[in-house]
Amino acid sequence: MIPELGHFALILALLLSVAQAVFNLGGAARGNMAWMAAGRSAVVGQFVFVALAFGSLAWAFIQRDFSVVYVATNSHSQLPLFYRIAAVWGAHEGSLLLWSLCLAGWTLAVAACSGSLEAPFRSRVLGFLGLISIGFQLFMLTTSNPFKRLMPAASEGLDLNPLLQDFALAVHPPILYLGYVGFSVAFAFACATLLEGRLDAAWARWTRPWTLAAWLFLTIGIALGSWWAYYELGWGGWWFWDPVENASFMPWLAGTALIHSLAVTEKRGLFKSWTLLLAVSAFSLSLLGTFLVRSGVLISVHAFATDPKRGIFILAFLTIVIGGALLLYAWRAPRLKSAAGFEVTARESFLLFNNAFLVAALGLILLGTLYPLFMDALELGKISVGPPYFELVFLVPMLPLLALLGVGMHAAWKRGLLGSARNRLYAAAGLGIGGALLIGGAAYGDLRPMTTLGFALALWVMLSALAIPLARIRARQPLPAAVLGMVVAHFGIGLATLGITGVQSFKVEKDFALAVGEAAQIAGYDFRFAAIRDVQGPNFIGVEADIVVTREGSPVTVLHPQKRLYNSGGNPMTEAGIEVGAARDLFAALGDELGQGRWSLRLQYKPLIRYIWLGAILVAFGGLIAALDRRYRVPAQARAGETVPATQ
Amino acid sequence: MTPRRKRLLAVVAILAGVGAATALAMLAFQDNLLYFYNPSQVLAGDAPGGRTFRIGGMVTEGSLQRTEGTLQVRFVVTDYQHSIPVRYEGLLPDLFREGQGVIAHGKMTASGEFAADEVLAKHDENYMPPEVAESLHTPTPARVSE
Repeated sequence: MIPELGHFALILALLLSVAQAVFNLGGAARGNMAWMAAGRSAVVGQFVFVALAFGSLAWAFIQRDFSVVYVATNSHSQLPLFYRIAAVWGAHEGSLLLWSLCLAGWTLAVAACSGSLEAPFRSRVLGFLGLISIGFQLFMLTTSNPFKRLMPAASEGLDLNPLLQDFALAVHPPILYLGYVGFSVAFAFACATLLEGRLDAAWARWTRPWTLAAWLFLTIGIALGSWWAYYELGWGGWWFWDPVENASFMPWLAGTALIHSLAVTEKRGLFKSWTLLLAVSAFSLSLLGTFLVRSGVLISVHAFATDPKRGIFILAFLTIVIGGALLLYAWRAPRLKSAAGFEVTARESFLLFNNAFLVAALGLILLGTLYPLFMDALELGKISVGPPYFELVFLVPMLPLLALLGVGMHAAWKRGLLGSARNRLYAAAGLGIGGALLIGGAAYGDLRPMTTLGFALALWVMLSALAIPLARIRARQPLPAAVLGMVVAHFGIGLATLGITGVQSFKVEKDFALAVGEAAQIAGYDFRFAAIRDVQGPNFIGVEADIVVTREGSPVTVLHPQKRLYNSGGNPMTEAGIEVGAARDLFAALGDELGQGRWSLRLQYKPLIRYIWLGAILVAFGGLIAALDRRYRVPAQARAGETVPATQ
Repeated sequence: MTPRRKRLLAVVAILAGVGAATALAMLAFQDNLLYFYNPSQVLAGDAPGGRTFRIGGMVTEGSLQRTEGTLQVRFVVTDYQHSIPVRYEGLLPDLFREGQGVIAHGKMTASGEFAADEVLAKHDENYMPPEVAESLHTPTPARVSE
């Protein structure tokens, strides 16, 4: 009964999405206030019914209703409650429903917080969000219905993929989706703007906190995915340049470019059409990412084609959304003129370079991700693009980006670098290079050029970020939340760079065959295989090893890697044993029994790896601080007559 | 600067940027494209000698041999037409099993053995790697054009 209610709620949600699009866009076009008011009510209704549908599916999972196909294929009677709920978005159908719920949530938030916007503009934004919503709900109802019944009901479920039975991966999709879908707000704003053909500072100011919010969720989502891959996949890597990872990283790069470009559009009225194009791109890449991961096209171009219904719908939807937005852009964007000049060393220049480098990296990653798909689809051979490609094409634009970042933060709008800023930057550069030589030389005894460059850039970015609040406090100037957020986020970028440089330069990974009592040595640590025993969990059995780690005879830690076999069957899963530290992680994964009492073990030494995720958290936190700046909450009309300040 | 010259400068800058990016992509592509072959294609001489590539197929039942107490393993990869012995030293992935699909990354040796430096079973238990699934459905070795 409940699943049928969910199905019905989803149909009603689709009808309300149609109402939301028609009344909002139609009302705005005809200037009909009653229609626009009806369109806003449809937003609330749509959210309620999508939430109901989502709740029904969650209920079916909680109640272990194996008469629903989707539940039977992704749950199991022994699955703990937390993972039964997480299993709702464990596969294709449920994740589309989650996507739709996120979209309804963002739309509701826009409807609630947009009182200060002019009514027609607000309605157009809600109307475009309604159009996207129609696409997703139609897709679910026609090709991917999560409420489909199984007759007769299964007596037992097939279980959630054990890889997904993990805290980080349970919360990873909702956070990632909040980010993906959040860009739909900027997208709808861009489309509404293009339709009206005018763009002012108030528009950019209005879009900024929404974009920041979406971007910070995406940042956390990506960091969670990376952290999960590190400890769960058993390989100890933190980024694999896998198409699935690239799918979430590309919208992030576009979103990062967008928040910087929006700053210029708001403060200086420049880059207008470019900003709109980025807003369209960020969301288009989010859509592309969702479908790359969820449609099965990555698994096989041909498997994708054998289920033509889904494939054709997806391609049509992508074409309509992306193509439609680009057509609108081509038609209307020439009306938007940016007219103002600036000095070469002004902040505008640096943000221009920021955008150029980010977009270059994005384009090259997109090429590497899609190239194998095209080759395969055209029957030109099966290839894969290896991580070295991505490492190279990402690194090359990022080095100048980081170098310029430190200067750009200190450059004033329009006028460029001021005298006092120059002195601060010389100090930061000197300290950065000195610090890099110190870390490389003293801590690791290694001064390879790329490593030293990486450390120097990391310190340079962190120090030049810190110099801003220090200078402001000394000069008794205020420190607005937007500036503080920028400082925190850029400091986070520097910290992540430090971590990446450290781990990529000095990591040690080695496989060993050890018997109980034997020891192996890596990076100055002795790993002694002390014991192995059977363990039992709530829905798995397995073996656990004790790996006693010592350094020059003094004890460091005991690692407990496991090998698990889930009761629902399937292959064994590796649970790594990890000792977390400020300077390094020690990592042990247990392999197979090799005979003669020996077991295979993968031992790893990962210096500074924690700073990658700590940096990402700071980046997201900086975004949060900036999004909460009071400036964004002052009604647009109240500030209409205000002049643009030359500096922040 | 006149607006006209400014626009010209912008176009030149964009072209230079796109050119640089393209050059970078070509350079990066050169060594990092990995081709995939099944055992029949390898034995037909399609695979490049001396270069690394990926080989895929099913692990023949009963072919997994360990040198007792070490990390050295040998197994046979087959597409049910032809088979190729593979040797590897290291941890096998969780999803590695006899009778299931596998992808190995490495080079052919002079003795006709594939020396793998990485073994992937990057699929869940419901399906085999797509390249493997497809190559099994192709009775004659499919030509791969480069």
